[in-house]
Amino acid sequence: MKKYHSTMRRILNYIGHYKWGVLVSLLLAAVSVAGTLYVPILTGEAVDRIVAPGQVDFEGLVQILIRMGVVIAAAAAAQWLMNHINNQITYRVVKDIRTRAFEHLEQLPLRYVDSHPTGDVVSRIIADIDQFSDGLLMGFTQLFTGVVTILGTLGFMFYINPLIAAVVVCLTPVSLVVASFIARRTYIMFQHQSETRGEMTSLIDEMLGNQKIVQAFAHEEEAQQQFEEINERLRGYSLQAIFFSSITNPATRFVNGLVYAGVGITGAFAAVHGLLSVGQLSSFLSYANQYTKPFNEISGVVTEFQNALASASRVFALIDEEPIPAEDADAVDLRQADGHVELDHVYFSYTKETPLIEDFNLKVEPGQRIAIVGPTGCGKSTVINLLMRFYDVDSGCIRVSGNDIRHMTRKSLRAGYGMVLQETWLKAGTIRENIAYGKPDATEEEIVRAAKEAHAHSFIRRMPQGYDTVISEDGGSLSQGQKQLLCIARVMLTLPPMLILDEATSSIDTRTEIRIQKAFDTLMEGRTSFIVAHRLSTIREADVILVMRDGHIVEQGRHEELLERGGFYAKLYNSQFAGA
Amino acid sequence: MKELLKYLKAYRLESILAPLFKMLEASFELFVPLVMARIIDVGIKNEDMTYILQMGGVLVLLGVIGLTCSLTAQYFSAKAAVGFGTALRNDLFRHINRLSYREIDTVGTATLITRMTSDINQVQSGVNLVLRLFLRSPFIVFGAMIMAFTIDVKAALVFVAAIPLLSVVVFGILLVSMPLYKKVQKQLDQVLLTTRENLQGARVVRAFNRQEDEIRRFREENDLLVRFQVFVGKISALMNPLTFVIINGSVIALVWIGGWQVETGVITQGEVVALVNYMSQILVELVKLANLIITISKSLACAGRVSAVFHVTGSIQDPEGGAASEQKAEAAGGNGPVCRVEFDHMDFCYAGSPEPALSGISFRAMAGQTIGIIGGTGSGKSTLINLIPRFYDVSGGAVRVDGRDVREYPLGDLRGGIGVVPQKAVLFKGTLRENMQWGKKDASDEEIWQALTVAQAREFVEEKNQGLDMEIQQGGRNLSGGQRQRLTIARALVRRPRILILDDSASALDFATDAALREAIKENTKDMTVFLVSQRATTVQGADQILVLDDGKLAGAGTHKELLDTCQVYREICFSQLSEKEVREH
Repeated sequence: MKKYHSTMRRILNYIGHYKWGVLVSLLLAAVSVAGTLYVPILTGEAVDRIVAPGQVDFEGLVQILIRMGVVIAAAAAAQWLMNHINNQITYRVVKDIRTRAFEHLEQLPLRYVDSHPTGDVVSRIIADIDQFSDGLLMGFTQLFTGVVTILGTLGFMFYINPLIAAVVVCLTPVSLVVASFIARRTYIMFQHQSETRGEMTSLIDEMLGNQKIVQAFAHEEEAQQQFEEINERLRGYSLQAIFFSSITNPATRFVNGLVYAGVGITGAFAAVHGLLSVGQLSSFLSYANQYTKPFNEISGVVTEFQNALASASRVFALIDEEPIPAEDADAVDLRQADGHVELDHVYFSYTKETPLIEDFNLKVEPGQRIAIVGPTGCGKSTVINLLMRFYDVDSGCIRVSGNDIRHMTRKSLRAGYGMVLQETWLKAGTIRENIAYGKPDATEEEIVRAAKEAHAHSFIRRMPQGYDTVISEDGGSLSQGQKQLLCIARVMLTLPPMLILDEATSSIDTRTEIRIQKAFDTLMEGRTSFIVAHRLSTIREADVILVMRDGHIVEQGRHEELLERGGFYAKLYNSQFAGA
Repeated sequence: MKELLKYLKAYRLESILAPLFKMLEASFELFVPLVMARIIDVGIKNEDMTYILQMGGVLVLLGVIGLTCSLTAQYFSAKAAVGFGTALRNDLFRHINRLSYREIDTVGTATLITRMTSDINQVQSGVNLVLRLFLRSPFIVFGAMIMAFTIDVKAALVFVAAIPLLSVVVFGILLVSMPLYKKVQKQLDQVLLTTRENLQGARVVRAFNRQEDEIRRFREENDLLVRFQVFVGKISALMNPLTFVIINGSVIALVWIGGWQVETGVITQGEVVALVNYMSQILVELVKLANLIITISKSLACAGRVSAVFHVTGSIQDPEGGAASEQKAEAAGGNGPVCRVEFDHMDFCYAGSPEPALSGISFRAMAGQTIGIIGGTGSGKSTLINLIPRFYDVSGGAVRVDGRDVREYPLGDLRGGIGVVPQKAVLFKGTLRENMQWGKKDASDEEIWQALTVAQAREFVEEKNQGLDMEIQQGGRNLSGGQRQRLTIARALVRRPRILILDDSASALDFATDAALREAIKENTKDMTVFLVSQRATTVQGADQILVLDDGKLAGAGTHKELLDTCQVYREICFSQLSEKEVREH
């Protein structure tokens, strides 16, 4: 319940940005409600002008009917304007929250991104916020008008006849109690539903995202079974959530039926005793009818709101995730990295239970080429995570040009590195945009030059629209090698002082690779480079080879030296031809 | 879109009973103004207290019956709608899984995911609302009109005029807003895509310091979404005020006509009140109907998107009649070298591409042979091996496995005998055992360990100390690239396939592991035909036959020695990677 309130408060905070709009909307709501409520009174007065044959006051009737027309027109206009303003506010609030969530996403540590299923996070930002939007819009348009209508109705009723109004007031709480009782029960069920949906989205994301593998292993049936199991659970939760929330309407309608009967009976008694005219009774009955509406709507809003709150709390949970630590106020801007990199007693692990990197020391001079080799899983990619500060070290420190990278702006640190990862990532957009990703203001010549240097120019030219060819999500129809060439071109364009290459050339054929190597050689000239490599040529040319095993550097030196030493590296190297 | 209705069939009873009970409730509601008219005209006129109380009792009774009917209806409709959604989801998931590579390439994964999730949810709530309200509301509207006719024909004509006018307004707005909702949904897809992209490319975005630009792009897309939403909202917002004006205009007309009818003694004052009450009831119901129609128009848009997916049919289907598959086993068991895979003047084009990706490919791979495939980027290596398990259909010529065209096999039989290790090493959320059982559903622990040993994965799995119960996160994120690759190889080996395809699957492995892996595969797979796609000359060097691809054509085929003498492309590749001595040593 507490969580429920704090979620509520935060939503109000977001709405607060549009307080003028909200104010005008409330004003218009009041006008529209007042008009809506005045019409039945006028109708009642009109009915009192037509009592029986020969007792009809046509002159008075015309006047009342004209007044009715004016009131109706005004109320309708106010209502439309109010709806329009509410739409604007709702969609903007939703936009604000969605943007906030997305901005936060860019601020979250990679630890979060790596450990949460993409589908789950996407479902928070898309589906949950959408659900929230629906709830908020309904809340806006109907909650306030509903409350005002109820209050207005009561006011008018007390004005006409306090006794009958009292009957209505006594019966009203029943409706509220029923509605809130149901609302509280359904909140939990909607939350179950929401969670199960998240689980399902995650599975869908996994199975459809890797559909080709699913098919290769004819795993469709198992995936289907797994899906159907979650779907079955979802069915249970949904049925309960939907059914219990849909009880609200008939229940309040029943209470309103009671109110109607109560008004009818007491009104009739009052009329018999001459305390009330038939026209006034008709106004009352009409109110009793209209009284149905706001309660129905409010209870509808409340159920929708339960839904929306459950969704909103999931979105806020994402926003509340601890972002990466803020930069020091006096963080240094790494102006011109000279290529000095030093790892000093570095300790790091992803999970506390399994220590990974322990007491890692390394001193790199400018322009050196560092090849990191070792069996898979020995911590090579972890080193990159630390160098780029995707993860922070547990203890010890990493220095670039003599400065601890934690006291440096992330932006300048990362701008100092050019990175090509093993897993190629391209964004949906044109090839030109992708190459210029690191330097959006690059000129056409620069882009073409980078592409040529990365040997991507020839295949780009052969594509339907050349550099303007739009590639879809994740590279779409490009081959793995082509994607990699584009990733290399991307770095070629930025010419950073330091390079990180993570098995960058693994999917490119060796003929192309030779050319790329040459281009890289020029690029690496005078630049510090870290290369997680498997290729002999790369390793042979390295200034320092770091031989890693289980997170430790077991050997360090040049190719020939290491071979002579006859240690772990020599074993690795010699085993290369063992199977061929 | 109609085909989606079949998912309601299993809930035919509920789907009929729900609206029926709703109508029952509605008809009790329609009696209420008549009872009230009697109270005014009989009870109040004659000052008969007992009569008033009796009629009051009738009102309460009508309410109780109404509540009972309504609750029954709500339960049935919730049951039907949820059942509908569940069945639809199951079927759509199944259908999407049947799409072949060609369709997945063209439709796109992000789209399929939204349709599986939010679209179906929207359709489900649409069905629920339709069952509950779609009959009730019109029933009350027309019921009220009929009741008006029983009171006075002249006054009832106001209803006859008002109802079509209301329908025009309601349906006009509906028709205009429907296509607009489609546009909103499409833009929402775009926002989803950007979000996904940023999660998957988090490292690159940060490495290039592009967070702010990404945020700006997200803002732009989000802004556009809001603009569409506000525009549709503006039109939908007309609904309530317009209906309000029409209804209350009609009340004015009713009172005016009622005045004349009372004057001439045709109807009573109480009946005028009843007429006004009926009109108010129409308003309440029409507001509901209008909101309902908005929801339905959204749901219909979503239903259209869902059924569009059903209309995309998998281009690769099992052959008609499902040719018997027993013969092939015999063929394989015969004496002498058996031709396992044969490409016969095969051509292949990707969908929408004028240039063939592969043309005129012919070769034979024997049982027990290792076939190396080497060639430049985009030369068609991956495409070629994708044709063996029939992930794509050839454009010309034929691919044969065990002497029969792959298009003659039931897909399950064909793919069941092939182990594929894709380029991208993907594992799935679950235990290691579950992941390994992808290869063979009933694989025993022993079989799995054996496969892990061959794939050089045993050592690191043992180090983690959790054995086969080791939890793997989505996408295998808790493992390194090389570990994942070895596990994907093990996964393919678990099924002891007759054909093993390694699509550059050792790229993340170091030399030692790569070499040990090839050695182990060679030893353990005597009768298996192995396709090795690689960039590394050392990897394919020892193969029984090496296929050299160059720009979609077969540039050479033979052993390492033969190719060194005959194939210029192959020579270039080798000398670019190895020293003269290393090339000649083998």
